[in-house]
Amino acid sequence: MPPSWSNLRADFPILHQQVHGKPLVYLDNAATAQKPRAVIDALVRYYERDNSNVHRGLHALSMRATDAYEGARARVAKFINAADPAEIIFTRGTTEGINIVSRSVAATLKPGDVILCTEMEHHSNLVPWQQAARASGATLRFLPVLGADAEGGLDLAALDTLLTPQVKVFAFTHISNTLGGINPVAELCRRARAVGALSVIDAAQSIGHGPFDVRAIGADYVAFSGHKMCGPTGIGVLYGHRALLDTLAPDETGGGMVVTVDYAGARWKPAPERFEAGTPNIADAIALAAACDYLDALGRDEIARHDQALAALAYEKLSALPGIRLIGPGRSGVRSGLVSFAFAEVHAHDVVTFADEDGIALRGGHHCNQPLMRKLGLTSTTRASFYVYNTEQEIDVLVASLHRILKFFATS
Amino acid sequence: MSGDLTELYQQVILDHNKRPRNRGKLPTANRVAHGDNPSCGDQCSVYLRLDGDRIADISFDGSGCAISQASASLMTTQVKGKTAAEVEALYEQFHHIVTTGETPEEISDLAAFAGVHTFPARIKCATLGWHATRNALKGDPTPATTEKHTD
Ligand SMILES: Cc1ncc(COP(=O)(O)O)c(C=O)c1O
Repeated sequence: MPPSWSNLRADFPILHQQVHGKPLVYLDNAATAQKPRAVIDALVRYYERDNSNVHRGLHALSMRATDAYEGARARVAKFINAADPAEIIFTRGTTEGINIVSRSVAATLKPGDVILCTEMEHHSNLVPWQQAARASGATLRFLPVLGADAEGGLDLAALDTLLTPQVKVFAFTHISNTLGGINPVAELCRRARAVGALSVIDAAQSIGHGPFDVRAIGADYVAFSGHKMCGPTGIGVLYGHRALLDTLAPDETGGGMVVTVDYAGARWKPAPERFEAGTPNIADAIALAAACDYLDALGRDEIARHDQALAALAYEKLSALPGIRLIGPGRSGVRSGLVSFAFAEVHAHDVVTFADEDGIALRGGHHCNQPLMRKLGLTSTTRASFYVYNTEQEIDVLVASLHRILKFFATS
Repeated sequence: MSGDLTELYQQVILDHNKRPRNRGKLPTANRVAHGDNPSCGDQCSVYLRLDGDRIADISFDGSGCAISQASASLMTTQVKGKTAAEVEALYEQFHHIVTTGETPEEISDLAAFAGVHTFPARIKCATLGWHATRNALKGDPTPATTEKHTD
């Protein structure tokens, strides 16, 4: 039965529980999303019926497992409108995908080359590039974020001076997990291409929250995680443009990724196998395909509308709280499904602990974004992030809880 | 509000959070140590003026949740005038309180932190300032990080 917006919460078994005696209000979706029954069933079905190793077997189960695994690759390709399933490499997640690209690209860089990142990158799209710069002697530069609350997004005008022919890689996030703004990725890829730089998109926060057409965007590499788009943990995707993947050196070597081996050496298979050494994460790839089905059936445009409407409403209601500082796009800006805020008088961890007592799951901290936090003069924020199953009424529960917290600390 | 939360956010803690004691840089300090809690970004710097083996004066600076700030504040009031060995004994006592919820027989403000033990994620917050002080006493120049400790 296709999912329906009117009865969507019924698809997510985990939502129907009490936490500290209150109905669970799960607002930590930017960290990881919950899984619909269809995804959980896909996992169970695979292990109960088809479990076998892929690519090497000639028996019925192995062929079924191989078909399902390669079918999942084709399904993910369709999900992002890639031209060829061979452009889909299964990884553990965004972090591994970025590391594969950064390590392989680092081998081609030399002193004088520039790696361009932005000031809003998650540590996962920052530290690997610091390592690549260190290993190759290349220089790491940053596209600035504008505004005291980062409300201005990326400083696109600065691209004119930063995007020089020395830039070999431009790595940027589609949606910041701390700010919630949506970056103009197609334009950024076009600008990178114009100077001959590779574009690498961290799509961890965007992939499950709206349409994503890798060809329209024009990206060279895209990394994302299954667990943030209703899929299982432990599976993610690195998309690479076909023409590039076969030139990239493999990150890991071993079985499954070689054509011929003798005692002296080996020859690599083409992508995607050359990047998938060893037994892959078959079950989770298959369940990721089920997540693609689920989200496409709901409608990617509708998901974006739903999440953005909730975030806008949350922004509006939270703005009215005394002493609150909201970061990221302002009232008129486009905001994806999350809101990040700080109180002058109450620390994020105290907020999260109190909200937890009300059954609300929030995240407080630096959100793997320490340099950006420092730039904004913050050490932590509280983040509420929304997904398809969240409701307007849950925002009211959040606001009421925050009122209670502020009152407690004001009168204590 | 639940009993657990009132236990956690005791009046003593809220008071130290709002009106921290010995806060700011200590101009006469001859030892400094910094503590980080990487999982949540809490920070705490401790400034000591050591007179031989004894803490003649102490201050702290930093940012973090009410538990970490109040604990650092209260810690400064407890260790001032104490020798390194006495501080270590106090820390052991404090550590026992926050991990077990058991409070010592003698009356001590440290007992206010007993409620922490039902919130294991917050034990690191409560011990951050203490770790920084212990490092300062040892003259260990590396920042104390809560990740190196089991708590
Ligand atoms: C923007 C962004 N990039 C990268 C990551 C890393 O994803 P993962 O931990 O699944 O590898 C995250 C997840 O927290 C993220 O929000």
